[in-house]
Amino acid sequence: MPSNRMDTGGRIDRDRPLSFTFNGRRLQGFAGDTLASALLANGVRLTARSFKYHRPRGIVGAGVEEPSTLVELLGDDASGNRPATTVPLRDGLIAKSVNCWPSPGFDMGAINQLIGRFIPAGFYYKTFKWPGWHLYEPTIRKAAGLAAAPAAPPEQGHFESRFAHCDLLIAGAGPAGLMAALTAGRAGLRVMIADEATEAGGSLLNRRLTIGGTPALGWVKAVVDELATLPNVTHLQNTTVWAYREHNYLMVNERAPDNPGLLERNWRVRAGQVICATGAIERMLVFGNNDRPGVMLASAAQTYVNRYGVRPGQRAVVFTNNNSAYAVAADLAAAGITVAAIIDNRTDVPEEARTLVEDVDVLAGHVVTGARGARQVRGVTIAPVDGGASRQISCDLLAHSGGWNPAVHLWSQSRGNLRYDDTLTSFLPDQAAQDATSVGAANGQMILADALGSGARAGADAAGITMPDIPTSADLTYAITPLWRVEQGRGKAFLDIQNDVTVDDVHLALREGYDNVEHVKRYTTGGMGIDQGKTGNINIIGTVAMQQGAPLEELGTTTFRSPYTPVSFGAIGGLREDSVVLPYRHTPLTAWNIKNEAFMYESGARWRRPGYFPQPGESFQETVNRECRIVRNGVGVYDGSPLGTFEFKGRDVGRFLDHIYTNIMSTLKPGHGRYGLMLSDDGLIIDDGVALRLSEHRWIVSTSTGHADAMNSHFEELLQTQFPDWNVFVTTVTSQWNNATICGPLARNVMQALGTDIDISPAALPFMGFADGHVAGIPARLVRVSFTGELSFEVNVAPRHLPALWDKIMTAGAPFNIAPIGSEANHVLRVEKGFLSLGHEVDGTVDPYDLGLGWVMSKKKTDYLGKHAVAIRRSGTTNRRELVGILPQPDQMIPEGAPLTPGGERRPTEGLVTACVYSTVHDRWVGLALLENGHSRHGETVHARLKDKVIAARVTPPIHYDAVGERLRS
Amino acid sequence: MMNIPCPFCGSRNEAEFAFGGPVKPDRSDPNTVSEEEWVAYLTQVPNPLGPVQERWWHVKGCGMWLTIWRDTRTHDIVEGPADAE
Repeated sequence: MPSNRMDTGGRIDRDRPLSFTFNGRRLQGFAGDTLASALLANGVRLTARSFKYHRPRGIVGAGVEEPSTLVELLGDDASGNRPATTVPLRDGLIAKSVNCWPSPGFDMGAINQLIGRFIPAGFYYKTFKWPGWHLYEPTIRKAAGLAAAPAAPPEQGHFESRFAHCDLLIAGAGPAGLMAALTAGRAGLRVMIADEATEAGGSLLNRRLTIGGTPALGWVKAVVDELATLPNVTHLQNTTVWAYREHNYLMVNERAPDNPGLLERNWRVRAGQVICATGAIERMLVFGNNDRPGVMLASAAQTYVNRYGVRPGQRAVVFTNNNSAYAVAADLAAAGITVAAIIDNRTDVPEEARTLVEDVDVLAGHVVTGARGARQVRGVTIAPVDGGASRQISCDLLAHSGGWNPAVHLWSQSRGNLRYDDTLTSFLPDQAAQDATSVGAANGQMILADALGSGARAGADAAGITMPDIPTSADLTYAITPLWRVEQGRGKAFLDIQNDVTVDDVHLALREGYDNVEHVKRYTTGGMGIDQGKTGNINIIGTVAMQQGAPLEELGTTTFRSPYTPVSFGAIGGLREDSVVLPYRHTPLTAWNIKNEAFMYESGARWRRPGYFPQPGESFQETVNRECRIVRNGVGVYDGSPLGTFEFKGRDVGRFLDHIYTNIMSTLKPGHGRYGLMLSDDGLIIDDGVALRLSEHRWIVSTSTGHADAMNSHFEELLQTQFPDWNVFVTTVTSQWNNATICGPLARNVMQALGTDIDISPAALPFMGFADGHVAGIPARLVRVSFTGELSFEVNVAPRHLPALWDKIMTAGAPFNIAPIGSEANHVLRVEKGFLSLGHEVDGTVDPYDLGLGWVMSKKKTDYLGKHAVAIRRSGTTNRRELVGILPQPDQMIPEGAPLTPGGERRPTEGLVTACVYSTVHDRWVGLALLENGHSRHGETVHARLKDKVIAARVTPPIHYDAVGERLRS
Repeated sequence: MMNIPCPFCGSRNEAEFAFGGPVKPDRSDPNTVSEEEWVAYLTQVPNPLGPVQERWWHVKGCGMWLTIWRDTRTHDIVEGPADAE
């Protein structure tokens, strides 16, 4: 058994030894250990190197406050920057120190200690700014770096997130939190109590106190057992309330859920009321070399002997400014550690404290001016607080206590106020901003009886019942005389151990004019990172106060940010990866498409569509060309189901459509359709599409696929907020009407082969006409619209009929060599026709006139959305970018988005290429572009300026094929 | 994450809603106002420090647009001023 492990005592299981590896060394601990307690038990004292100066560091704390020993876990537990004090030991754990290479004992970066006086606060800001920080950043990051992020997500198990509601959320299961939970739980409230430690009890786990005349942990067990019997209470251990958001919404991370498949569970809790029973965190004392391994918070030393049965040293000196460390000294002595002396800056030590340690030398009115020893503490130099001769005491453990800071992090995140309390010399919760209270040490109730009382009071208030009886307990009173720093002595005196911030750094920041605590924080980095001001913050504020001669309450604190302790990204994300957050949309033909070897991709609004249907041996371009030729020369069919489709009903639909479309819709006769543009009121084109009038008060409006959701919002907002008395009802029917669109010169032949009771002659069913009936025996609505420029029949059917219809089209079309067409060919065909596409030709700067669609802007209507904005914009500018066609010279592809500059020179652009495709009609590349004054520049040559070359192009009208539109009307 | 009172569904998580922006003045007939007034109407959005009237769309709930007053300093949902509609 390692020499530092006590034979008895502690909450570890000596029958369950565990093996683990730290920096390559195989070591042993017990079930119930943390990595930190196991390291101390094995006598490992040098466990880390510091962030900036690479100074040797040991273990400072025993819980979430640990500022020093951050480790990277490897293997199954892979994660970075975990305080060793919060890593429960398990068999096979592999951990290594961060911040040092190759090891904390021999660290190349330790050279920084020699040049330490040349790298004060702000050094990096001042030095590495020319010519740019980015030049230096990679090297500095590597030198300063914390742990590496795991290369891949954990392989075993997954993360989940879960919503919960409760009447009362209690953060912390120490004496105050347990008392509150018991009181409110017994009264029937839905209570959730969460605590970050592996077991309940809070500070009671670390101290030797009694409640009701018996050991306090017996009381804890009785309360926990009773809470387990209450069905209205959810009690979670190993669970941190890490963020407090608006409207009593809190983030609660459960690290070891009772489910082997789960790594972590993040609860999102909406609480009626919140009780912050988050306890207090001991602060350090500030003296020379107060960061040496073996210099430890007094409460941590107490925790190691009482809770883990580990002696963190053999010969201790205790340095304090308050009573709590006397109980620590007594516990250390009881554990067999020699307590060489208690150094107390107070000249009068209360009798109740002194009697706890009658055999120990108490040096009242003294301070430790410095710790001696390089790689671990070997002694201390002490001196009277008011000056005088110093002397030395040898020791291998210096337990120090600078007092206690209530853990107000959650309270502050809730926007609750803080006030400075002179008696406690710390900041306490003041005015609540949400329905929250603080109890116990988190509220400055430092004595056990007060903590139990405040917990019971808050629980009773939450439940609206009278105050219950409180069990009796005994505790030391908390008397403190502030000591923000020891002014005598030499060596770096650290305020923030994690970020390597010293007293000198704060003084430098003040000298350079950063005199607000928030500025000091940013200039020195004190209180940043995962520390979030747990151990050092109040000392920094105290140091600023001393230097400025200002009271602390005037300086205030820096902002306490979430997360309170580090939370893994996996827990925040839960299962919400891409496909869950935004699931793909599929039409009923996905299975057919996949079976027919379509290349599937997303093309807007999460719809999975076939891009193209390659045949064996075909290249991408060959496939697209073949599909284009099929449509231009024969007949093709594509699945047009994703197109946004809305049914409008009501007496005022015509009036409403006249308001949202630029052209007049209300004059349309039932049985006919009309193309239109929709603008926002500030004149941007937001969508285009076709409206069909089914009957007097019933319409179908189609929108582009990608904008369907936005258009739905647009319709509803207008109708509900501006025209609530208009009789218009909008229903999304995109997935109620699916369609197969048969297009090409032979489309009518295929329709005849399919068989339909609708008269499909050009006279009976002209372009933009539609009719209801049957196609191939299936109830259908046949619509004559065209997105390809060819004769097209859009066969709309119920989704359950689409696969059957599709099969019949393939059979009936076989004699005409029909083939399925993907999105790529569709894109080529619409570019050939100069049909606009939102996001290509329409980008928020163009208006309908620029696109040559001036005819669609009604002159008759005095008002519609966007009319005035377009008029105002056009009245002020002359250089509009207008839609043109382009023919690259010589024939080649120009990348979409390529800028057009005068002469291809390095000059401001005069436009851009919006699309460029290989036209099988012309056997060459054709494109569309937005070009300044383009309508009057047909025949000119323009130049696309690329990174490595300039491509010339001839400007043409934007329609490359069938300019008069006789084919689509055929 | 706010808790937004929907008059039809009760208090619901903000995640169910889409933000609709601050409420602008009623849209007047653009033919009756000056160009400057129209541009101001289009481009200026209320952005006070304190209570602001704004719209939310309960898009993952009942589909209704609703109007609340929210204090931009605290996210508290508050009563509108006495002279508000």
